[in-house]
Amino acid sequence: MSDGVGTSMTSAEHATDHLDVALEHYSVADIEAVQPHAASARTAEWSRLVGPLVIFVLFVAAWHYMHTDGMRRFFDKPGFLLPAPETVLHDSFLKPLARASLLNGLKWTTLVALLGLAMTIVIGVSIAVTMSQAKWVERSTYPYLVALQAIPILSVVPIINSVFGGGINSRLFVCVVISIFPIVTNTLFGLTSADAGQHDLFTLRGASRWTRLVKLQLPSAMPAIFTGFRISAGLSVIGAVVGEQFFRKGSKPGIGIVMEQYRQKNLYAQTYGGLLLAALLGIVVFLVFGRVSKLVVGHWHESSRKPD
Amino acid sequence: MEPTTTTPTRNTRLIAMSDSVSAPALSFSGVSMVFPDGTHALSETSFDVRAGEFVTVVGPSGCGKSTLLRIASGLNKATTGTVSVDRSHLGYVFQDPTLLQWRNVQRNVELMAELEGVPKDERRVRATEAIELVGLKGFENKYPKQLSGGMRMRASLARSLVLDPKVFLFDEPFGAVDEITRERLNDEVISLFQRNGFAGLFITHSISEAVFLSTRIIVMSARPGRIVGDFTVPFSYPRSPDLRFDAAFAELSGEISHALRGAHS
Repeated sequence: MSDGVGTSMTSAEHATDHLDVALEHYSVADIEAVQPHAASARTAEWSRLVGPLVIFVLFVAAWHYMHTDGMRRFFDKPGFLLPAPETVLHDSFLKPLARASLLNGLKWTTLVALLGLAMTIVIGVSIAVTMSQAKWVERSTYPYLVALQAIPILSVVPIINSVFGGGINSRLFVCVVISIFPIVTNTLFGLTSADAGQHDLFTLRGASRWTRLVKLQLPSAMPAIFTGFRISAGLSVIGAVVGEQFFRKGSKPGIGIVMEQYRQKNLYAQTYGGLLLAALLGIVVFLVFGRVSKLVVGHWHESSRKPD
Repeated sequence: MEPTTTTPTRNTRLIAMSDSVSAPALSFSGVSMVFPDGTHALSETSFDVRAGEFVTVVGPSGCGKSTLLRIASGLNKATTGTVSVDRSHLGYVFQDPTLLQWRNVQRNVELMAELEGVPKDERRVRATEAIELVGLKGFENKYPKQLSGGMRMRASLARSLVLDPKVFLFDEPFGAVDEITRERLNDEVISLFQRNGFAGLFITHSISEAVFLSTRIIVMSARPGRIVGDFTVPFSYPRSPDLRFDAAFAELSGEISHALRGAHS
């Protein structure tokens, strides 16, 4: 695309001194043509702000409507089942007692979710790397992964309970089971996606399996691996909260436990407050991984734009 | 398939035929290739390429030209026949630049030396030299997605140069770049050839590219490929771009085109 810039000049030079062509250099202008345009960047800046704002206002309005009128009109249920947004905010975060217990719950949930995610990443990537080493390994283990994905986790709660106890270990187990599938599939997809020509390069110099894995397959899998991380991070938060609904032993009441306690007391505003926090945690984890992904692969991968 | 211990003399600057006493740097004898799916790609192909010789193979699509290079490099194994070549100094430029997207130009160019176990300092020096030779100085820190097609091809050339190739294989490397870039890259290949005196084996669809670059042109038939024409190119190096408009150039191109048409039928 940008080769054309320097060419009219060179064809003129061809006639005089063709041997020097090898020593010619491209001008920096060749490269700058690839950078995005400034005007379109400003438009993007606008839509980045306005779009989310409009959707947010609509979301809060719809929520409010559901409280005042919608619940009764559509579902024939009382409005208190879905307290108004301002009630949720007030009762959950402006009352010191509720705020303290919700934030404390958030702390433990975050801990379990992150710990679970770390375990998922280590186990998931290891499984994917093993599977990528031979087609027969992949073929013979894949069905179990799919089966794992299909297990209704609620139906095995008693078994998990008797194996791992009612504390944090069971919650971690649920986290890993719920969130491991996307990491394995995305990593595996990434590891097998390096193109045949690049593999040929490594074959030419007789590269070992290890060299190929470390210098070719893993780096080229990074974008896919990060996609897996992002999806699994969200699932891990869900896993942590779900786990808390069933395993409540120990002195670490996560947000799921706190929510359940409020629900039992019919304190719906605080229950939704907990829900908001859990969702917020999911969003933050998702954004953090997006940012990390940009930092790691943004400078070379097409689909993730540079942070500017 | 054992590589022989052929060691072409270093720094050979001599051109073509004058070197005919030395052993060939690359030698095909009776090479045939039948793929597992039954495709008969090559049939009983024999020829040699010596240091200071630049041989180009032209032929219809699917006549097994690229397969020749894959066999020479050891990527594929011939069904029958043997190839002898020293693969420790083998350059191979593919149809696509096949750069690693996550490495900048410098580190891409270092790759082959890195896989060969060349120490860090040494390969850095060699890469810097190669990058300068192909005219990419100043672009060491750019990533492949920031480069034009022609520049990526230059990086790919440089990557092979760090191994100081005695045998240099080119698999239709400039098929995807525009005409003017292709001519510039041809000039560079010639100056590298003159500078290093490697044994070159080049694959192309373009007759004028073949005549412009080579000391010898081999015409292959449609599948299964076998040699149906063998031309010596009489022009001396360095070759001026104006050579393309020379009467002798046109005449030779015409003969090769004729042989190719025969190969198609």
